[in-house]
Amino acid sequence: MRELGLTIDKIIAGDVRTASRVISFAENEDARAAHILKALFAHTGRAKVIGITGAPGSGKSTLTDKLAKEMRRRDKKVGIVAVDPTSPFTGGAILGDRIRMSSLATDPGVFIRSMGTRGQLGGLAKNTMSAVRILDAFGCDYIFIETVGVGQSEVDIIKLADLVLIVNVPGLGDDIQAIKAGLMEIGDIMVVNKADKEGADRLVIELETMLDFRGEQEGLRPPVLRTIAQDGEGVPTLCDQIDIHFEHNQKIGLLEKRRRRNLRLEVENLLLDRFTRRMRQVITAADEMDNLTESLYNRETDPYTVAETLGESMKLP
Amino acid sequence: MSDRTIRVLIAKPGLDGHDRGAKVIARALRDAGMEVIYTGLRQTPEQIVAAAVQEDVDVLGMSILSGAHNTLFPKVTALLKEQGVDDVLVFGGGVIPDEDIPFLKGHGIEAIFTPGTSTEDVIAYIQNNLKR
Repeated sequence: MRELGLTIDKIIAGDVRTASRVISFAENEDARAAHILKALFAHTGRAKVIGITGAPGSGKSTLTDKLAKEMRRRDKKVGIVAVDPTSPFTGGAILGDRIRMSSLATDPGVFIRSMGTRGQLGGLAKNTMSAVRILDAFGCDYIFIETVGVGQSEVDIIKLADLVLIVNVPGLGDDIQAIKAGLMEIGDIMVVNKADKEGADRLVIELETMLDFRGEQEGLRPPVLRTIAQDGEGVPTLCDQIDIHFEHNQKIGLLEKRRRRNLRLEVENLLLDRFTRRMRQVITAADEMDNLTESLYNRETDPYTVAETLGESMKLP
Repeated sequence: MSDRTIRVLIAKPGLDGHDRGAKVIARALRDAGMEVIYTGLRQTPEQIVAAAVQEDVDVLGMSILSGAHNTLFPKVTALLKEQGVDDVLVFGGGVIPDEDIPFLKGHGIEAIFTPGTSTEDVIAYIQNNLKR
């Protein structure tokens, strides 16, 4: 118990090694993580959490690097959680987001952590929230979560972030892409990166048109901002907009509403996780699973009945 | 060792623009089920050590083809020591003459892999020599 108190104190005091080790515990679902995160929770909720999402190669890492630099210029402490995909076959991963952030590495006011998705769908790693909490307690004013390069429906970032930036680039598709459901609906701020490339003007118009039809929504109309992340162009304006959104959302109660919703979703997800683990136990313990599969294949029974029977053994309604 | 995922930092210290070898190793370790964080080219020892600490890696592999290994590798291990990091397995690779290897091993670079090493050897070495 004394050791737990010490760990908490060290994280709050900004000890990098302790914070990074505890993130590992969380990633590995080590039993120590749960104790620490429970005790840490009371010390969190101060950081502004910003999700950065968009297609692979749209410039998320470069933009995150430049955003962090701008926030450092404004004397803010910055945390970055950068997620890259884990191989579904080997469990291995190449986490390459740091490549674009190497000049931030030695800044003591920046903490960068790379995470593999480890089987989680939705664009994030399973324990991204834990990493964010630890960086929050660690004293970061802003925490940027960079998702994996996403397609159209990886929208889990809204369950974690206070504010979501969608990074768009010219040349990826026509205006039908902009009116599809999913990713494009979740942005608080639309970034048109690589704005010096052909098609940027058109993309801006398409996004604005999409937003015209977005209907009644809480909060500010998402601005469409041009950036050239590589050169840092447009980044100070983007940082200003982030702050404007936070201020506004706080004033109208939207920030609080989102945070309440997200905490509730988090509990649901934790429960779901427990349930999934229990289900795996039941399925692996069921000696008859092989026989059942055989009967299913031979059409002697059906998936619905099998699920019902197994569900009953787990006391599900 | 438990079945937790092994985290490896692959780094390119110094002014050396060739990272084919580093990328081949990174890919091979990925395929062996490890999480590989790649720093990109031209990193200072300070950047490498900061990344190793923030990423809480089990293994640090550095690749050098420029000939600066006798300066840069020991600088990295000295900085790690300074930070109190003693549970990271450090290895090096690249064009490194045999006669330099004892010196490097004396400075905490626990293995040196020279051209011609099979990726299986590197994987096995990591799996068998983790420090935590």
